[in-house]
Amino acid sequence: MSGVALRTRRPAGAAGRWPALIGVIAAPTIAFLLLLAAWQTVAVAGLVPADMLPSPTRVVSAAAAEHTVLLRHAIPTLVATVAGFALSVTVAFATATLLDFSRILRSALLPLLIVSQTLPLIALAPLVVLWFGFGLLPKILLVAFVTYFPMVVGLLRGFADADPESERLLASMGASRATVFRLVRLPASTASFFSSLRISITYAVVGAIFAEYAGAVAGLGVYMQSAKNVFRTDLVLSAVGVSTVLTLCLFGAVVLAERLAAPWLRIEQGRDNALAGGLR
Amino acid sequence: MSLLEIRGLAKRFADHTVLEHVSFDVAAGEIVALIGASGSGKSTLLSILTGALAPDAGEIRFDGAPLAQQGRPFAYMPQRDALLPWRRVVENASIGLEVQGVPSREAHRRVRALIEPFGLAGAERRYPRQLSGGMRQRVSFLRTVVQDRPILLLDEPFGALDAITRDELQRWLLDMWRDTGWTIVCITHDIREAVRLADRVLVLPATPGPFVGEVEVSRDIPRDDGLLTDPRVPPLEAQLHAMLRATDYASRSNDASRSNPIA
Repeated sequence: MSGVALRTRRPAGAAGRWPALIGVIAAPTIAFLLLLAAWQTVAVAGLVPADMLPSPTRVVSAAAAEHTVLLRHAIPTLVATVAGFALSVTVAFATATLLDFSRILRSALLPLLIVSQTLPLIALAPLVVLWFGFGLLPKILLVAFVTYFPMVVGLLRGFADADPESERLLASMGASRATVFRLVRLPASTASFFSSLRISITYAVVGAIFAEYAGAVAGLGVYMQSAKNVFRTDLVLSAVGVSTVLTLCLFGAVVLAERLAAPWLRIEQGRDNALAGGLR
Repeated sequence: MSLLEIRGLAKRFADHTVLEHVSFDVAAGEIVALIGASGSGKSTLLSILTGALAPDAGEIRFDGAPLAQQGRPFAYMPQRDALLPWRRVVENASIGLEVQGVPSREAHRRVRALIEPFGLAGAERRYPRQLSGGMRQRVSFLRTVVQDRPILLLDEPFGALDAITRDELQRWLLDMWRDTGWTIVCITHDIREAVRLADRVLVLPATPGPFVGEVEVSRDIPRDDGLLTDPRVPPLEAQLHAMLRATDYASRSNDASRSNPIA
């Protein structure tokens, strides 16, 4: 029986992987390169002054020349992002758990959380800096602020995704509400948790840069601002490129963490293939 | 003395009565099948036994003593397997023990001892999604048995399976039962299955009330291939058919869908 399952799964996986990979990686890469080519053409043809829109090659060579400075500014941004994100995830976990247990708290706090999302970051950033200074703390708080809400909502939705029949079964075994939460509702939220983690991490770097823009000693936001003040658009764009790479790396780390922490998720999500492959 | 005695059980949801005057006994080592159409309150009865619902009237005695809310003598096997997708076979089967407070290492050890007789050897580290329907049902059954409770409550244990797998699992269950002497209360809507598995088949009425009747199935009747050709079987099945027909399901069919919020 085990042989059947493995035999049918493997070819399906191998055949399905390459087209999927082309779709995920090759197609956007080609689109990106075409965009760069168009940009390069516009810049080289002189349609836009080079000071306003430097060509991609000029941005890259500027970044290469400035790489030690860029790196020095990238590190505080990275630290603030990771620290803020860790804080956000921790607090979101605590909040979501609390809200899952208490209907009263849920009805009292959820509207407030939603309203908190309407606060304009552009106004909030200078205030946070005013309150907490130019150090690391305001950056961490702002990153946590922008990533917190999607995490809480994702976790709450994940808890609600739990199979009621599994919950009833555990209750029939004499499990307390806390045990049902720990053994069913919490693990049931894994998929939803990681998908909101992926969404949140893309906001996180932007949040850190915003805080730095409002005032900080070092960081990509500080670098962008000073480069803009001396009209070095090529350096501003270099910093933008670095922040993008930073976000992509963090995104990759989240995807990797998901694969390591929940190997069953991919089996679960690939279920159509497995069943079509004759598993039954 | 009977291991389990149920007397005058009744349950109402709002103004709708689902169970009334339900009484029956189960002796140790006996397989009792409860049969009835959907909406006859089978699942409500199970929920009362597992403690998920409180009865409005009646008494449940186990081993001569009234049943307490905690530490019930039942291990319940739900209709759908309700396996947890993030747990491998062994981890899924040991969850009942973990709920009881058995350390997971010890729980896994007890489950592993049953993997072979349950026909799951080689599948220990698979996730539910990687199992066939029959194997999932075996894991679900293993999870029930390993809890080591005096009485097994099976809610349509093979209802979701194809005919061939169902036949295979029924034979296997009977083999296991011969060796272990489990006490089993099994709910089903399949007359053939009830006759094949049970010592006694009780027929639930369509309208709330006492059981319509009871059919004894002698253990002299072979339960394997011989079941199909044994001359004593058709009269028993006909008798059960007649009992089910006699109780008027048509008048209840409209209520059936809302009579049982658990189903």
